[in-house]
Amino acid sequence: MRRDVFQAIADPRRRAIILLIASQAMTPSAIAEHFDISRQAVSKHLRILSECGLVKQEQDGREIYYELEMTKMKQIDKWLDQFRKIWESRFSQLDEVLLTMKNKQK
Amino acid sequence: MNKNLTLDFSVDKENKTITVKREFAAELPLVWDAYTKSEILDQWWAPKPWKARTKSMEFREGGTWHYAMVGPEGEEHWALARYTNIQPQKKFTGLDAFADGEGRVNKELPQSKWEVTFTPQGENTLVEFRIVFDDLAQLEATLEMGFKEGLLSAMEGLDELLPSLKK
Repeated sequence: MRRDVFQAIADPRRRAIILLIASQAMTPSAIAEHFDISRQAVSKHLRILSECGLVKQEQDGREIYYELEMTKMKQIDKWLDQFRKIWESRFSQLDEVLLTMKNKQK
Repeated sequence: MNKNLTLDFSVDKENKTITVKREFAAELPLVWDAYTKSEILDQWWAPKPWKARTKSMEFREGGTWHYAMVGPEGEEHWALARYTNIQPQKKFTGLDAFADGEGRVNKELPQSKWEVTFTPQGENTLVEFRIVFDDLAQLEATLEMGFKEGLLSAMEGLDELLPSLKK
């Protein structure tokens, strides 16, 4: 199944997991402690995040640690930022247009 | 200008939707006009340094808005929006597609559905613009092609430089 990064960030729990492991790599059980969902559910979210390339796994002895793949995260930011910029630019122009219209009405 | 008029921007992949919410410092009839009259849309719809240019617009259910985004070098990207539902001064929905100068829709490129809702907030007006895509990944291509240059230059403040750069 084809995955993309937007699918990864669509789910609120996955967004929470991203936030959680942003500062430090964590094992699935450590992550699961922060949620009221099963360990299996956490694993499923982690699998989707991995498939989207947003997290990577590090084996340390018997434990697997998950950490954020920062370059991928930056791609999303950049993409969304562009989209947001379009709207910010539009709306600041609209602010001016509305101001002119309002002054004309007076 | 009221600095509280900030953009609320959210992405919902499950529903393939981007929602842009923003309050405007004007009463509803004025804001409604700004979104539904081509001579006003032309003044703000394109992000700088691009300009929107309407070829034709019929704001009625089933009617279309045929417009071009014109770049600083005169390059044109045509679009055709078809209005599907209009509840005056409340909400309108439409389908936005890439087109050519004759208004023929390009089916290869992503289309999006618009749902624009207007709510009075005292003397201000809240506008919620929901954009529903067939496929969010396709949107990436949309951004790649048309607006990237315009955007990047806007981001870097090049739009102010452009007039002096032009011979």
